[in-house]
Amino acid sequence: MTDEPDAILRMENITKIYPNGIMANKGVNFSIAAGEIHGLVGENGAGKTTLMQILFGLNHPEEGKILLEGKEITIANPNAAIAHGIGMVHQHFMLVPSLSVAENLVLGVEPRKGVSLDLPEAIRTTEALSKKFNLKVDPRSAIRDLPVGTKQKVEILKALHRGARILILDEPTAVLTPQETDELFDELKLLKDQGNTIIFISHKLNEIKALCDRVTVMRAGKSQGVFAVADVTEQDISRLMVGRDVILRVEKSVAKPKKPVLKVQDLMVVNRFRKKAVDDISFTVRQGEILGIAGVEGNGQRELVEALTGLGLYASGDISIGGKDIKKLSIRGIRDLGTSHIPEDRMTYGCAADLSIEMNLLSYTHDHPEYNKNYFLMDINAINEVSNKLVEEYRILCSSPQQEVRRLSGGNIQKVVVAREFSSNPKLIISDQPTRGIDVGATEFIRKRLVTLRDEGCAVLLVSADLNEVMELSDSLIVMYGGKITAYIEDASSISEEALGLYMLGLESQGPEEIRRVCHD
Amino acid sequence: MTKSQRLFEVYRTGLVILISLLIAMVIILLVSEEPGEAMKLFLIGPLDSLRHIGNVLEMMVPLLFTGLAVSVMFSASQFNLGAEGAFFFGAIGAAFIAVNWNLPPVIHPTVAILWGGLIGSIFCGIPGLLKVKWGSSELVSSLMFNYIAYFFGLYLINYFLRDVNAGAMVSHRFVETSKLIKIIPKTRVHFGILIAAVMVVITAIFLFRTRWGYRIRVIGTNIRFARYSGINTDRAIILSQVIGGFIAGMGGSIELLGMYRRFEWQYLPGYGWTGVIVAILARNNPVYVPVAAFFLAYMRIGADIMSRSTDMPNEFVAIIQGIIIILIAATSFLSKQRHKMVVKEAMS
Repeated sequence: MTDEPDAILRMENITKIYPNGIMANKGVNFSIAAGEIHGLVGENGAGKTTLMQILFGLNHPEEGKILLEGKEITIANPNAAIAHGIGMVHQHFMLVPSLSVAENLVLGVEPRKGVSLDLPEAIRTTEALSKKFNLKVDPRSAIRDLPVGTKQKVEILKALHRGARILILDEPTAVLTPQETDELFDELKLLKDQGNTIIFISHKLNEIKALCDRVTVMRAGKSQGVFAVADVTEQDISRLMVGRDVILRVEKSVAKPKKPVLKVQDLMVVNRFRKKAVDDISFTVRQGEILGIAGVEGNGQRELVEALTGLGLYASGDISIGGKDIKKLSIRGIRDLGTSHIPEDRMTYGCAADLSIEMNLLSYTHDHPEYNKNYFLMDINAINEVSNKLVEEYRILCSSPQQEVRRLSGGNIQKVVVAREFSSNPKLIISDQPTRGIDVGATEFIRKRLVTLRDEGCAVLLVSADLNEVMELSDSLIVMYGGKITAYIEDASSISEEALGLYMLGLESQGPEEIRRVCHD
Repeated sequence: MTKSQRLFEVYRTGLVILISLLIAMVIILLVSEEPGEAMKLFLIGPLDSLRHIGNVLEMMVPLLFTGLAVSVMFSASQFNLGAEGAFFFGAIGAAFIAVNWNLPPVIHPTVAILWGGLIGSIFCGIPGLLKVKWGSSELVSSLMFNYIAYFFGLYLINYFLRDVNAGAMVSHRFVETSKLIKIIPKTRVHFGILIAAVMVVITAIFLFRTRWGYRIRVIGTNIRFARYSGINTDRAIILSQVIGGFIAGMGGSIELLGMYRRFEWQYLPGYGWTGVIVAILARNNPVYVPVAAFFLAYMRIGADIMSRSTDMPNEFVAIIQGIIIILIAATSFLSKQRHKMVVKEAMS
């Protein structure tokens, strides 16, 4: 890396090892120039977030130093980072949902009147900032009532209010619709014009091309170099990210749907706030088709999946799998009908991190006769054999099947989940964010498997917040907004991202007749 | 866990024990008039005669049972402290059979032990049932249940088994056929130690080689994952508590039939609490329970011997136990060294 005279911030030779032994950064050099938008790309698990957490004082490196305007600094905690003018907007927003925008903005640096908060002053501050940076928010509305895009603006304002000149945005577009993304980019460019420096973490290369001046590419904890965005193509970047050429297009033939497996009729789910999270929806998923559910997160997808898998209750309506009503069935009973479930959050539901890979592969099948020698004892040899086979078949990178799941990378943990769920001869696969937060290799692998299973006659319900994924992988699509289905698109390849975005934001909706078409007999 | 990390845990536990012993030495130095003699008796007293070695083995028996019982219950992440009550109440159940029934030799203690186990399992099962039915904390309810076991047990002895001719509140003598035979001459080491050894093996097989044990361990590591996988978590939670209670109840019965002629406990004997320490030292792994039980038994006997011939009271063992628990439970103790080791491994 050549020395740049105008580098405002440099990180040199950063190495970070986590307690579970994973080396997240290996001698990484990273530098940004004042007033640029600097992209930081890499696969999930490449170490982008770790590097930025070190910069923000959330993590501490084993080796390496950080130089701000040529002076070496140590960043012990986020407060120190903020004092140095470094601000971070996290993937998961750090806002108090019940408080107003203004209250959130001044939290920790409140203007006071006596002992109490000076709310009018806070509101004035918010309005002034909002105007200065052209980020439109209503200071008085409560955070919980705001759409995701607006919450993000509050986060950005929060960082600016604390004096950030260098702003780190960790995958800010992951939760946004295409329209909201465009808006964000305009705002970020404006911030740049006002002299701020922005680090933009992403793995979406088209966004890097559209927004950034320069880009640092990371792979497997190492920096692959810095490039002026104008000089490189998306293909170049992706090759550096993955280490080989990747085809993210899913190769698949036209679906040949047969009989319905999953039938949902007038389903209503009421959440703990007594709100209708799923509001009277009906659809079917047939053998040999992948039905995608597109939608911004929090529009009833989670509650729907919980109702389908037995993890949650539903208020009214009917769900049948393979012709059997599941109302009275346990989770086990639903699984015994041939249902597999890739859960949205693999660490919470998908695995027992402290147990071995082997033990994790068995959680549903452990009492099947093939894994038990007699009434009492499990058959360790049979278990070893099957787990060895699955580890190989699903290319789970590990020292042995006896290794603890905790010590695997995200992509390999997801492969453990997928290996278990796909190997039990499923008739219906409920696949909730199957490739969230994992590397391209594992993503490709899991998508291919889903298509293979479809071709073998499986019915697949795919819920994904990743627009690319849901459009590429699905044969047909439904869009959820506010707990309702706003559109059914019979041929998923026939719709554009923008048109889908309108349905996802609830700005447009098909008529009931059109939506009805998703119900087959 | 990798091999080196497992070694690190052994090293950590060893260091904890060493530190606690060092503190014990300091206490002896500060308190005792004859510290040299006290230390010698405490450290090597248990080894100086066959009788003393026998004392250590006798003391191990109840600790093995309660240690195993607590390990099984804790494996499901259920912090049931009912082992104490189950031990006591199981012994009372066994006392009824030992006093009132007439059975052939081997069968008599077998029936009494199984009956004691059954009572123990009901006793520990109730907090489990309350937990899955109504979500009440098993920690609190099992603690309260121990008092019920204590007072209700004494009531039963007093009204149904009491020998009015004896000077204290004790039961009638046990029928000879009910007692467990002594297996090492000149000591009181009884057949119970062999039963304990078998139970260590059975418990280990149960936890690591059967589907029920598997379910208990899955629940213990991630109950949401267990539920998602279709495991009936309520049933497995209750099972783990029932089995833990059974082992503790067996232990109470065996202790009684091996060491006593009458039921004569006036207080909860405390083996259930020590069982918690055994389980913590053994990291809830039945295979390590004998090591932990031996260590604690050794320490107690050492303190006993010391208190008999010096001015040191044997209660100071409680201080050592306390230090051990605090240091082992403190996850950040030696965490820097652990991280250094991880870093070294990752770099190589």
